[in-house]
Amino acid sequence: MFEALFGRLTWDSIILVQEFEDPNLNTFITAGAAAMLPVGGALVVALLFWMKWWKPLFEWLTSVDHKKIGTMYIIFAVIMLFRGVVEGILMRVNQAVGLNGGFLSSDHFNQLFTTHGTNMIFFVAMPFLIGLINIVVPLQIGARDVAFPKLNQISLGLTAVGGFLIMISLLVGEFSTGGWTGYPSFTGRLINPGVGPDYYILSIGIAGLGSTLTGVNFAVTIYKMRTAGMSFMRMPLFTWTALCTSILLIFAMPPLTACCLMLGLDRYLGFHFFTNDMGGNLMNYINLFWMFGHPEVYILILPAFGVMSEIAATFSGKRLYGYVGLVAATMCIAVLSFMVWLHHFFTMGQSTTVNAAFGIATLLIAIPTGVKIYDWLATLWGGRVRFTTPMLYLCGFFVLFAIGGLSGVILANPTLDYQLHNSLFLVAHFHNVIIPGTLFGVLAGIYYWFPKIYGFRLLDGYSRITAFLWAFGFILAFLPLYQVGMMGMTRRTVAYENPALVPWMVVSGIGALFLGLAFTFVLLTLWRSVVNRKKLMVPFGDPWDGRTLEWWTPAPTPEWNFAVLPKVDGRDAFTEAKAKGTAYQPIEKYEDIEMPANTYYGLIIAALGSGLGFGLVWYMWWLAIICFLGCIVTVITYAFLPERKKIISAAEVREIDEAWRRAARESRGVTRDDECNEANQGLARPDIITNP
Amino acid sequence: MSAPTGQSLHPGLNLGEEHGDDHLEAETSVFGFWVFMMSDLVTFGMFFAVFATTVPLACCPGPKELFDFGSIAWQTAFLLLSSVTSGMAVLTMKQEHGGRGACTKKLVFWLLLTVLLGCGFLYREISDFISMATAGGPPTRSGYLSALWSLVGLHGLHVTGGIIWCLVIVVGVLVRGVDRRWKLALLRWAVFWHFLDVVWIFIFSFVFLGGLL
Repeated sequence: MFEALFGRLTWDSIILVQEFEDPNLNTFITAGAAAMLPVGGALVVALLFWMKWWKPLFEWLTSVDHKKIGTMYIIFAVIMLFRGVVEGILMRVNQAVGLNGGFLSSDHFNQLFTTHGTNMIFFVAMPFLIGLINIVVPLQIGARDVAFPKLNQISLGLTAVGGFLIMISLLVGEFSTGGWTGYPSFTGRLINPGVGPDYYILSIGIAGLGSTLTGVNFAVTIYKMRTAGMSFMRMPLFTWTALCTSILLIFAMPPLTACCLMLGLDRYLGFHFFTNDMGGNLMNYINLFWMFGHPEVYILILPAFGVMSEIAATFSGKRLYGYVGLVAATMCIAVLSFMVWLHHFFTMGQSTTVNAAFGIATLLIAIPTGVKIYDWLATLWGGRVRFTTPMLYLCGFFVLFAIGGLSGVILANPTLDYQLHNSLFLVAHFHNVIIPGTLFGVLAGIYYWFPKIYGFRLLDGYSRITAFLWAFGFILAFLPLYQVGMMGMTRRTVAYENPALVPWMVVSGIGALFLGLAFTFVLLTLWRSVVNRKKLMVPFGDPWDGRTLEWWTPAPTPEWNFAVLPKVDGRDAFTEAKAKGTAYQPIEKYEDIEMPANTYYGLIIAALGSGLGFGLVWYMWWLAIICFLGCIVTVITYAFLPERKKIISAAEVREIDEAWRRAARESRGVTRDDECNEANQGLARPDIITNP
Repeated sequence: MSAPTGQSLHPGLNLGEEHGDDHLEAETSVFGFWVFMMSDLVTFGMFFAVFATTVPLACCPGPKELFDFGSIAWQTAFLLLSSVTSGMAVLTMKQEHGGRGACTKKLVFWLLLTVLLGCGFLYREISDFISMATAGGPPTRSGYLSALWSLVGLHGLHVTGGIIWCLVIVVGVLVRGVDRRWKLALLRWAVFWHFLDVVWIFIFSFVFLGGLL
């Protein structure tokens, strides 16, 4: 009876129980992490009651507004980033004191690097970028929403299911110990029959499905929803990178779905896809995984490149240099990203010819990337550069990302890769592209677009300190790993015996603490800015003298984005309108605006998906079956429910829009010198001579 | 969301001018589904690729012992024919439901005929699976059999989904009439159903013919 109800879930599966059975520092840490969930959950619920936030909460959770969905993606990513950073600190500190064994058990350490990787890639970097894309792309192309708003909500729901599974594994059971790549046969049923790999497969499999749908949604949005005159070669560069990312999601997520399905069939039903015996072939998994995994790298970096392009142009008051070149380079990278997957396993038995071909293809990627860096540098050249926070991130990116890219060129050479693969050199390399690339891009993007969506700027001083802390922490934490990697220290090692490594590991551990401080400063910046929001308001919506359409709306942007969809007749349409003095002229005719109404669709799918995943992990078949059927019934039911729309009357739109335009015409605005002062109300005085 | 006027619409995606706004609406909705199909095609491609790397093991029965060519011919006939009938359904909808109040009987007839043929396909496929399992070739015996079962089975699951979807559409047009929502659903379902046909042609050629020849 108990087994039918709870499957293989027993009392001992709950991590907190294990702490009492075997108390030591290692189990204390796992128990502390596990306790975070109920304690954190209880605190959140208490806060919701205390502040009476239930209604607004559901208002958000049921919203199909792309700006709210994007915000929820980013909040989700920040929560997961907290976990990821703590795990990173634990591992680095363990290594710093880890000569001949640190304070973590090897099994715990294995789980840490697995969850750290899985979490950071799938539940931090991707939601961060998808969140930014959600918020910005419809605004940049002059649309009121995405092509499929409900689907967007479902994508968010499915991502949240993945996050739920990886979080609940802290409390109940364990996560995979097979690294974020989860190679069988180590993650196969024979060697690892526990729940860990099942949590892994289901969390990334279900979240991956959500990402596929996001890709479809944004590709269609960008292809079909552009406003009049917004031809492809007039799209802002962030939108271009979002388009390339969407295309990559469409084609690169299916291999992940396929290899998760196959590994699942091996584990649940005893198939022989990747087993060592009976004609299974684990190289198939490795190939499939990296057919996803390599394009994934560019899914993570391309939108960050897009953010950097916007920042370079805006904060140097200059048109983006080499627009066509940047578009072509982005496309080149997107295409090449599918042709290099084998460089992740040069050492796994291919012939030298195959290795050489993939090595050369990998080296080729350095060319379009180099084109981009030079284009951004040329954009700054001769511009009136303002060293605002995003510009600091851009400068950090120029230097640090270039180092990361060059170490990638080193690794792309198969002969060198034989020496360096699976060493900490590789760990240094990919952190060196993901932190100064993706993370800097995301943080710069958040600072840049935050006032647009929420109506107030982030505090400048705190943001600058945060930027320096990230850069400083990164340098300390990861550059030493290049050295220890070359000294022969392998990755994913809990302990080591060479005392020569100790000083490097100590520096790296201190760097990790700085990264923790940097994360704290992200939250601190947000908190202080919310407290001081009255002084930071930018109601006119254009605090940085922006160039693209998203700045042509009040801040916070109303639900309908544009009172009247703008017409575009060139790149940087808003800059042109401001130069001609036509940006805030009155509009004759307003029309009723139809927006999709709130829906519980995504929330229901997320709840059922969580039940399905949890049921499958613990062999609670009844739960899995009920939730699976529930999903089908939900989809069919929603196919019959009438489509509900919100109508916003022309009069209401007119009132808000006219007030904004009139106030903008009557105000003088601020020059760029006052950009980061309280004087900045979000109206730019055209004091910079732009070269259109 | 309707496409801006003056923008050229893609032929084959839409309904025709006489369908009014539905015509424009189809642009986004059906295009989106085509994109999703491309993604699904990659999933099938991965299963094909894994199948291509496996070889039948000496331990277990191979293609010659397991495949019933007569049954596979029947399945192919059912599925190809169902593609024709699904096409008839879409043509009926495009030509006769431009205005309001046209008779839905003909549309429902073609849809149900498609469902019937789809069920015929599934019946033969499932009996083949059962006979393969009893003849000593269940998917747990070897890598080759795992790849075979999951590739063919993935297609079978898609067909099952397509049948359920079609039945939902039948109920929808009967209850709600042939309005925009069901027109667009029908267009997307038709893309899906033809897609399954294309995939089957590859399975037929590479898995079954390739295995037997």
